Amino acid sequence: MKEVVLVKYGEMALKGLNKKTFEDMLTKNIKRRIKPLGSFVCTSAQSTLCIDPQDDSIDLSEVTERVGKIFGIAALCRACVCDKTFEDITAKSIEYLSDILSCARTFKVNAKRSDKAFPMKSPEICRELGGILLDRFPNLSVDVNDPEITVTVEVRDTNAYVHAENIKGAGGLPVGSSGKAMLLLSGGIDSPVAGWMMAKRGIHIAAIHYVSPPYTSDRAQLKVEQLCQKLTDWCGGIAFYCVPFTELQEAIKDNCPEEFFTIIMRRLMMEIAQRIAAKDGCLALITGESVGQVASQTMAAIACTDAVCRIPVFRPCIGMDKTEIIEIARKIDTFDISTLPYEDCCTVFTPRHPKVRPRLEDIEKAQNSFDFEPLIQKAVEGTEMKTFNLE
Amino acid sequence: MPVYLDNAATTKPCAEAVEAAVRAMTENYGNPSSLHRAGLDAQLAVDGARKIIADTIGADPACIYFTSGATESNNLALRGASAAYGRNRRKIVISAVEHASVEETAADLEKKGFEVVRVSPREDGRFYPADFVNVCGDDTCLISCMLVNNETGYILPVKETFSAVKRRFPHIITHCDCVQGYMKLPVRVSALNADLVSLSAHKIHGVKGVGAIFIKKGVRVVPVVTGGKQEKGIRSGTESVPLIAAFGAAAEKLSATLDERYKTAQSLKVHLLNAVSDIDCVEVNSPEDGSPYIINISVVGRRSEIMLHFLESKGIYVSSGSACSKGQQSGVLGQFGIRDKRADGALRISITAETTEAELDELAAVLREGIEKVRG
Repeated sequence: MKEVVLVKYGEMALKGLNKKTFEDMLTKNIKRRIKPLGSFVCTSAQSTLCIDPQDDSIDLSEVTERVGKIFGIAALCRACVCDKTFEDITAKSIEYLSDILSCARTFKVNAKRSDKAFPMKSPEICRELGGILLDRFPNLSVDVNDPEITVTVEVRDTNAYVHAENIKGAGGLPVGSSGKAMLLLSGGIDSPVAGWMMAKRGIHIAAIHYVSPPYTSDRAQLKVEQLCQKLTDWCGGIAFYCVPFTELQEAIKDNCPEEFFTIIMRRLMMEIAQRIAAKDGCLALITGESVGQVASQTMAAIACTDAVCRIPVFRPCIGMDKTEIIEIARKIDTFDISTLPYEDCCTVFTPRHPKVRPRLEDIEKAQNSFDFEPLIQKAVEGTEMKTFNLE
Repeated sequence: MPVYLDNAATTKPCAEAVEAAVRAMTENYGNPSSLHRAGLDAQLAVDGARKIIADTIGADPACIYFTSGATESNNLALRGASAAYGRNRRKIVISAVEHASVEETAADLEKKGFEVVRVSPREDGRFYPADFVNVCGDDTCLISCMLVNNETGYILPVKETFSAVKRRFPHIITHCDCVQGYMKLPVRVSALNADLVSLSAHKIHGVKGVGAIFIKKGVRVVPVVTGGKQEKGIRSGTESVPLIAAFGAAAEKLSATLDERYKTAQSLKVHLLNAVSDIDCVEVNSPEDGSPYIINISVVGRRSEIMLHFLESKGIYVSSGSACSKGQQSGVLGQFGIRDKRADGALRISITAETTEAELDELAAVLREGIEKVRG
């Protein structure tokens, strides 16, 4: 009995002439993701990819778990391969689903016949197979509305498949199909979520983080590295840039009014981020900002930060409540890491009364009172890069 | 050199484990909770071992928590999950052949008001998933089923059972004591459909005094030990860095050779069974498709403890029943249909891939000698 994983494409199935580009990218992402589990043959037909393991010891539940985190997929399932005869479909259904069906109470059969040359029509397959399974498993009864088990038969061009599960895919577009962008990753809850959301739209993520020792600790940086590693499950490999930020923060503290600390710091971060983004081929920046969440994320403050940006800044969390962001953070499993208690650079020298509605001219005046450029250059030069890959 | 054939009781620590423990004691002796570099280095050692162990069972490292051993892991699983989920669901389902650390914990919970249902094998000595599913219900909070029975090596249908239980009762927490299966059979938490998995270090050539529990993301377990909130509050108490590092080193070493060791053990099992097949009073209690690492035989008409000491006098160490029960007659064997004189004469021979055919030949020869000399 041969078991495979069937992967149904997401919205890229609707693409026109460039559909193949998306398909190739998705296939590449899938192959890379499952390679550590063993050897596979992947074949694509009719907006479905069939992952065929070449070794009996491969655990397909791990394959579905990994593939479930790849963007560009609407749904996936494990399925048993059958010959395209009703006899074989019946025999394999009984054998393959015996464990499941012998412990269930209700079921129904669902058939999809994309190969119209198959002699039986879908309702006929459902009726006939349903009857045979009912006879074979006396514990079962039919429930078409809310069955415990839905046995699905797919008659495709090459083979027929039987399965009893349907796992929701991660949705979105294959990572890499939309280019590359630089994520400002602080270590908080929002920025990993922002990165994940943009990766879902096919963007390949690089990450940048600012450290200010001794105000921030090694553990704080390790925490961000853990977040990066966690994101690779969804986003693939991530280039992680770590910027030495202490001197800039000290210079802000020594030379600028306290109420502007955070905004000026963010403007400097954006400046450094876009310089490194340019070197790395990133076409945009991504942040986890959400309007009104903190003083530096009011509309006025965001306008002041944006004023230094020469490339688009994506803020996918902008209209989300904290609870909605946390929900995603839990789903992608970054929440527990983000809430580890180490201080990050954003909370160093936090002003007691930050300006909620700063005016750009005031900020620019305050920032121009000191020449930050040499320190910016030094920080860019001192930036260290690490790569995080899929595990 | 003694012939040590009691590896299901404990194993000899491997050189890598010893070295890792010594390094943690001599160089990396910080407290993982300390904020300074020495603390961070100790934490990194613990997290390194965590990652290795997580990888060996296909889990996320964040789901692995270190404990003092599998007994504690099993206690934490049963007590912790029943405390979290058992307020209105008062039934716990276990197999009737669990290790004492599950059985006795369940019995204690029974005294505290839980209903415990123990599922037995059928007449043929085998377990069937439907037998577990049929006793589960909306009132059930937890099911616990071991992967490999420690006395006979029988492999329970955990994967099929847990999948069937989860399908009908998604709320039921599934726990698997994998102690005798870990590093012997492939153990993958997702394939097992297990929410909680217990592991032990000293059965896999690590050091005694450390084990781990896998707790699936989102599954709540009320801690049994409270204190400084180490291991994310699941298991307070300063982490034993040396033992944990040794656990990681042993797991890393063994995981590379799972398949080939299995094949070796399988051929050693066949070799031993052939060597004793012509002894009239020897009966084999282990199933043919059981774990090859545990071979339970009965010398009918010779009490196992006497045979054990006779073998010991010739430098061969085996166990009567399970070593943890210190010679008490095993109820577990009875569950498998092994009773009376056959149970009285049961010996458990547990091997590793390093066991040699010569050692097993020696065992067979000494068994013959013992049967001749020993009376009753």
